[in-house]
Amino acid sequence: MGFLHQRRGLAPYLLLAPGMLWLAAFFLVPLGFLVYQSLQSGNIDFGYAFTWAWGNYWSAIKGYRGEFERSFEYAGLATVIALVVSYPVAYWIAFRGGRWKNLLLLFIVAPFFVTYLIRTLAWETILSDHGFVVRLLTDIHLVSPGGRVLATGTAVVAGITYNFLPFMALPLYVSLEQIDQSLVEAAGDLYASKWIAFLRVTFPLSLPGVVAGTLLTFIPAAGDFINAQLLGSPTSHMIGNVINSKFNELIDYPAAAAMSFILMAIILGMVLLYARAVGTEKLTG
Amino acid sequence: MSLAFVRRHVLTVWSLFFFGYLLLPIAVVAAFSFNQPRGRFNFTWEGFTWSNWTHWNAIPGIQSAVELSLEIALIASILATGLGTLMALALVRYGFRGRATTNFIVFLPLSTPEIVLGASLLTLFLNFSTPLGFWTILIAHVMFCVSFAVVTVKARLVGFDRHLEEAAMDLGANEWTTFRKVTLPLIAPAILAALLLCFAISVDDFVVTYFVAGPRVTFPIFVWGAARVATPPQINVIGIGFFVIAVTAMLANVVLQNRRAQRA
Repeated sequence: MGFLHQRRGLAPYLLLAPGMLWLAAFFLVPLGFLVYQSLQSGNIDFGYAFTWAWGNYWSAIKGYRGEFERSFEYAGLATVIALVVSYPVAYWIAFRGGRWKNLLLLFIVAPFFVTYLIRTLAWETILSDHGFVVRLLTDIHLVSPGGRVLATGTAVVAGITYNFLPFMALPLYVSLEQIDQSLVEAAGDLYASKWIAFLRVTFPLSLPGVVAGTLLTFIPAAGDFINAQLLGSPTSHMIGNVINSKFNELIDYPAAAAMSFILMAIILGMVLLYARAVGTEKLTG
Repeated sequence: MSLAFVRRHVLTVWSLFFFGYLLLPIAVVAAFSFNQPRGRFNFTWEGFTWSNWTHWNAIPGIQSAVELSLEIALIASILATGLGTLMALALVRYGFRGRATTNFIVFLPLSTPEIVLGASLLTLFLNFSTPLGFWTILIAHVMFCVSFAVVTVKARLVGFDRHLEEAAMDLGANEWTTFRKVTLPLIAPAILAALLLCFAISVDDFVVTYFVAGPRVTFPIFVWGAARVATPPQINVIGIGFFVIAVTAMLANVVLQNRRAQRA
């Protein structure tokens, strides 16, 4: 651009300053306060004081291990299902969409525009005990008579999968759309069958989309509590439910802060390991 | 459908089922916006009525919640897109010390679960005894929108032909004129996309807002509060209202793009 050419050295910093200050003040500094809060002890009535209370971390892990494990189990399941379900669709739009591509993409994004909570409430209606889904599943003996889908882990995983589907489908589409078709044709010319050409050419080239999609689905899913609250029961609660109730209902700030920090640390660790495993150094653009 | 047909069109059939699955809940929300529930909950079909649509604001608090959501989304999306566009320009156009770190810091909020963003902001506000309300919601929304704006504008700038700017300068335009007359119009679609994305994310946000809203009620918070005691069909009316407006705008955009592509 260069309308600040004269002071070229300063220009990028001037452009960055306002946004970076905002992120520093309202994202990085708060993370510091989260850690500070997590090492406090006390109670609501007499207030909390900083005491290096590492015990908050131990009791969070010991007391809520099930919720932590369930969060990652549900998020992992939802991510895998979303990948399997949406990969063929992204492929279909990218290679067979023709001039309908934009319209089909619009259909993928459209459900987004009905508020998250309302979409989840709609699933509550669909999966309810007298709804047609339960009736159908009972008819084909996947649900025992009088059994239910709502208030089970299955409903929670189904809700999470649905709610984050566009985060999976869109990056998949973008990476598939960029693939040069002549490469796939070349594989065919070299006597690769359609399946082999897909496995050896198309799929590896779409890996950046798979990586982006799985991360964009897994991260918000692991911290979610809305699906578990509306579609699950206390036995299918995730760590997000515990953090939410400790922060907003029980006012037990130190414990909630410790749990939030553990959640973030585990996710960040998994993201870095995953990025290294698939060899995507360009994760941060 | 014969088996051979299914086998030949397995991708198409799969995709049709996928779109059915994607749109099923929307259809349910739309249908139940015309329901006449007898109890407090809107989960079983009792009969058709227009009155939820004609009396969309009959529920106390629903109108002010919608207004607050729109107000916050408008201001937050403009602020975040402004900040994000400047950052994207710096990140794409300049090599400077600290560029990788900046990229990482921009990426970090995108890879942090919302509940952690909300929780950490709340601890900040608690420690400074900041009164929770309009301003804390706005601060939070700008914060989580900025990264999305940076990513959106950056994507457009990367594929930008800098010869156009050089040509303008060769023809005697100064730097500010070049930016205004060449750069800005070329990245305008990306700025518009960032604005719309930020608006959509802001209007829809529940988790972060719930932590920092204090006594203020945005539309998603209204739905959450309502869902525990009753679900008036007016909630569906507003959900579908947003949906129809957004989809119409996007359809218009698709049609325009197709026309422009045909002309070119």
